[in-house]
Amino acid sequence: MSKEKVMEKSNLIKVLQTEQKKEGFISDAAIERIAEEFDLPVVEVEGVVSFYTQFKRVPPGKYQIMVCDGTACHIIGSTLILNWITDDLGIKDGETDEEGLFSLESVACLGCCSLAPVISINGKVYGKLDRKKLLKIIADYKKKEAAGA
Amino acid sequence: MIKRIKVGMASCGIAAGAGEVLELLKEIAQDKEVVEVGCIGHCYAEPLVEVETDSGNYIFEKVQPKEKDLQKLLELDEFTRFQPHNLRIDKERLLITSLAGKIVPTSLDEYKDHKGYEGLKKALEMKPDEIVEEVKTSKLRGRGGGGFPAGLKWSFLAAKESEQKVLICNADEGDPGAFMDRTLMESLPHQVIEGMLIGAKATGARKLFIYCRAEYPLAVKNLNIAIEQIEKEGLNIIDGEPVDIMVKEGAGAFVCGEETALIHSLEGKRGTPRYRPPYPTDYGFHGYPSAINNVETFANVPFIVREGGAKFAETGTENSTGTKLFALAGDLKYSGLVEVPMGISIGEVVYDIGGAEPGSVKAVQIGGPSGGCIPADHFDTPIDYDSLTSLGAIMGSGGLIVIGNDRCMVETARYFLEFTTRESCGKCTFCRIGTKRMLETLERITGGEGSTEDVELLSDLGNKIIRGSLCGLGQTAPNPVLSTLKYFNNEYLAHVEEGFCSAMECKALVDVFIDQETCIECGQCIKNCPVDCISEDYVVDNEVCTRCNSCIEVCPVDAIARIAKGGEVSVRN
Repeated sequence: MSKEKVMEKSNLIKVLQTEQKKEGFISDAAIERIAEEFDLPVVEVEGVVSFYTQFKRVPPGKYQIMVCDGTACHIIGSTLILNWITDDLGIKDGETDEEGLFSLESVACLGCCSLAPVISINGKVYGKLDRKKLLKIIADYKKKEAAGA
Repeated sequence: MIKRIKVGMASCGIAAGAGEVLELLKEIAQDKEVVEVGCIGHCYAEPLVEVETDSGNYIFEKVQPKEKDLQKLLELDEFTRFQPHNLRIDKERLLITSLAGKIVPTSLDEYKDHKGYEGLKKALEMKPDEIVEEVKTSKLRGRGGGGFPAGLKWSFLAAKESEQKVLICNADEGDPGAFMDRTLMESLPHQVIEGMLIGAKATGARKLFIYCRAEYPLAVKNLNIAIEQIEKEGLNIIDGEPVDIMVKEGAGAFVCGEETALIHSLEGKRGTPRYRPPYPTDYGFHGYPSAINNVETFANVPFIVREGGAKFAETGTENSTGTKLFALAGDLKYSGLVEVPMGISIGEVVYDIGGAEPGSVKAVQIGGPSGGCIPADHFDTPIDYDSLTSLGAIMGSGGLIVIGNDRCMVETARYFLEFTTRESCGKCTFCRIGTKRMLETLERITGGEGSTEDVELLSDLGNKIIRGSLCGLGQTAPNPVLSTLKYFNNEYLAHVEEGFCSAMECKALVDVFIDQETCIECGQCIKNCPVDCISEDYVVDNEVCTRCNSCIEVCPVDAIARIAKGGEVSVRN
């Protein structure tokens, strides 16, 4: 294989990221298609997908809730935050609800430690949370959804 | 007269609501220039707005997106002005972050107005080995954690003969609780790039990568804008040849901070590390000689070349020169990003700069999942590479979490181990299985089922994982446990011998108790309990209770508390 060709393979992660940005997750069909494009065995692409936590294999909810479990958030109570959301929405870490509205995921660090504990919903960060604030934020999303539907 | 209004729009500012402030400001001050800048490091006071006037600059803190408040700010109202506390000003030494939050990150002109790219200009007129010498003179050590001398690393790459050489900026800041690199890239992308271009001249590398974690979209955006700007101006031309510089986004794997794993990831593969040697300077990206430096290391370089290595070495200690950025968070008053001279004591950072109450702190955690906990009675230790290592911690990349008296050290250690267990790539048996066994043991202890043998097992297994692992992840994973075992052994023993967690944090060792004498029977706790375990006469059924703290949070008279299991008095607070 030529050097140029090898260098191209460096773009595998980038292509997977683009796919996920477009579809929200990486489907089996996408893996097969990308493997063909890169002239790689399917298993190798699957291996890369499963290695990196960024890649999702199931469709996420319309609103993706990320609970920061960085050190600062953890010692201030991110476990409680996660539990409160589970109690409210009935979904656990890594799950999407039946309507496909909310998905929940704990992440390593959102990098806003001074606002701990924080969550982000579709990229918008909410900080200095307590139970009341948190439930209100989720309720607002539900309300917004009900109004729009 | 107001010349310009600057809104701090780094990630932390945006999270605190700076976006809304910016929009409203643009609306009500249409005749003024409103710009977005980076972060000045005082996260606790976000959102921050700075007003430049003829008679000086004024900073306003905790600015709310309300028209009335913003009007006051435009009138330079004295009451809401921000003044960083004096102790912090005294103790900080800003060598590399002096421009952060002061200039528009994506303005090349503004960076140039503040000596930007002067270092590069000087470097282009120097011989490669002269630059390497200058960096050696500065005694700059790698800021990613390991502390390897940067000049020496560059000299290895410079000495290589190859059709292609590669210089990589490690911006995969994966430590939970660390955000130094993010701030540098968001607020000063040009400074990082200038450092890399100087490195390219010094080492002969003509292909440059910035491997940035994907969770930092603003950093990626600002870096890409900056790269476009320098390419347009031809600042990337070295010895008549354009240098290729590219941002590559990581995909979320902590182990990719390790250099051989990072290279695999750059090549589009699974990010597993490999045995060294060969070192990347011999065999790196696609086999080409490659050198990898951390973001903060590169950010130091323009100063070193511009002002001289000797001048740089004036700050800090004999073997640890310059400054270090720390992301200060946890149980303290002033969280944020601080830049301190090497050699400053931990206590000065925690108490003087961070404003933590003396007596309220039991330890600091330095270096994230690879680092260790240092107890308060060692706070006079100077912050330099060697002193920290001798205490069982590491400099790490710069996360510094203050741990208050009411936190459980066993739980803290468990948390870090859970992180490394999850992030272990699985290549080495000791790291893959050993960390899992350690985690299970810790879970037994925090779950109230541990024994004294478990405590001994932890230290034995920890030391074996260090010896049996290939890369930095495994070799440092046991540090949080070993350091807490060393300094907080009594807490481990209290858990296993008495079933007692003094911090009231470990769920299995606490009950929730309502003090009938304080209770006003308002019903809030009953209403908010997700598992309906509080009876009408305000008694908690601890068999059903999940210790979620909902009732404690809503109680208006603080009548509810966690108490030691089987006990009857409130111990917390």
